[in-house]
Amino acid sequence: MLLIKCPWCGERAETEFSYGGEGGISRPKDPDSLSDAEWADYLFMRKNPKGAHRELWNHAQGCRRWFGAERDTVSYRITATYKLSVHDEDLARE
Amino acid sequence: MKYSALSLFRHALAANRLWGEAWRKPEPKREYDAIIVGGGGHGLATAYYLAKEHGLRNIAVLEKGWIGGGNTGRNTTIVRSNYLWTEAALLYEKSMQLWEGLSQDLNYNVMFSQRGVYNLGHTLQDMRDIERRVNANRLNGIDAEVVDAKQLRRSIPYLNTSPDARYPILGASLQRRAGVARHDAVAWGFARAADKLGVDIIEQCEVTAINRENGRVTGVETTRGTIKAKKIGVVVAGHASVLAEMAGIRLPVESHPLQAYVSEPLRRVLDTVIMSNAVHGYISQSDKGELVIGAGIDAYNGYGQRGSFATIEHAMEAILELFPVFSRVRMLRMWGGIVDVCPDACPIISKMPVEGLYFNCGWGTGGFKATPGSGWAFAHTIARDEPHELNAAFSLERFTTGALIDEHGAAAVAH
Repeated sequence: MLLIKCPWCGERAETEFSYGGEGGISRPKDPDSLSDAEWADYLFMRKNPKGAHRELWNHAQGCRRWFGAERDTVSYRITATYKLSVHDEDLARE
Repeated sequence: MKYSALSLFRHALAANRLWGEAWRKPEPKREYDAIIVGGGGHGLATAYYLAKEHGLRNIAVLEKGWIGGGNTGRNTTIVRSNYLWTEAALLYEKSMQLWEGLSQDLNYNVMFSQRGVYNLGHTLQDMRDIERRVNANRLNGIDAEVVDAKQLRRSIPYLNTSPDARYPILGASLQRRAGVARHDAVAWGFARAADKLGVDIIEQCEVTAINRENGRVTGVETTRGTIKAKKIGVVVAGHASVLAEMAGIRLPVESHPLQAYVSEPLRRVLDTVIMSNAVHGYISQSDKGELVIGAGIDAYNGYGQRGSFATIEHAMEAILELFPVFSRVRMLRMWGGIVDVCPDACPIISKMPVEGLYFNCGWGTGGFKATPGSGWAFAHTIARDEPHELNAAFSLERFTTGALIDEHGAAAVAH
């Protein structure tokens, strides 16, 4: 059982959360300008790394807010959780 | 040496001291015609059919651990072919036909037992879906029938068919040719048969890089040195994305933990396989008497070969909903495997954008049943450098063209 720290509510049991998959994927601003391959890449292709993974979680049985997390996909250790606004700033800096 | 009743008898007389090794442990050669990465059931089957059907003999199977130590030895051994969509149904049915002759073909008893698989329906809509799937199966020449609750009560006495159940059972689909097989024996049988045809099975040999030149593969770097080959087939359930990244390819798969469980051995109580989509669990009884139980994946990505306790609890709840009589059975062991799941719950058996590179992955939670058919189709794809018509639809390109084969939920069990 994972203990997940919701940025708003603090540490709660994994069963309160639902998983949102890989984070940092933005919907393309102008889908019509994309090729089929680029659209497929956005829609289906995933990093699926063995190791550090930036991902989304939703505190579905709590405050119902989405947030970001960094988790190791081998040890399952969660190294950070953060509010998405901060995450978006990170994205902008990259 | 051919296994037979006579050989069994003669070895018994020699107190079983003279059995030879089932397959060699060769040193890797510097070059092969084809390399198969991954020594699970699918990889070994691929090597076997490459050698048997396509005459390639200079083949190596590279396995990072030991034969059958991955998902082949971690599944719940169910074999069926009652998939909804024609593309999937025909592929799994090819596999089913190979299963039916597999022990003879491999000269190895894979203990394939056609004890039937029931997929339960708990709502009116479940029953409509079941009727639709059964009809689709029959149109594809696959045996399937609809059974009602009365017949279920007769056939499976301990199943809770009470109308007062939380999720009342209204009926089921039944595939009588479906059943279970001994998973380890499948890996060992294919390994032994492939080895006999000259395939080098190299264990403790992890691939660390895929070498390429001018858009073509040239070989692999491994923990046991560089091995050259013009054709490389990758069949590494769970780790497909890791290997794809070595070749600069992105895949539409995500790896998840899938847990399975066995109970203490019991006397015979269940002579068939029961699956339920609605409560989401499946159960059979092994020849040793253990209840073999599976359910859903853990939702998060994970390579840890273990999952969360809540998932275990859910699986047990599901089984107890179907069989309240098992409430005091003690569970003996649990474990996890890593499944790579595609967005449409169908595999990728396909050429890759790099010449000479082929991937067979994304089987999700249901790869075991496909072992012989998957190897058979993948061998064809590698040998001819083009897919067989049975796996042409299972290309990587389908995610670009949009021609997905949506078996999520359609394939008799939720994924």
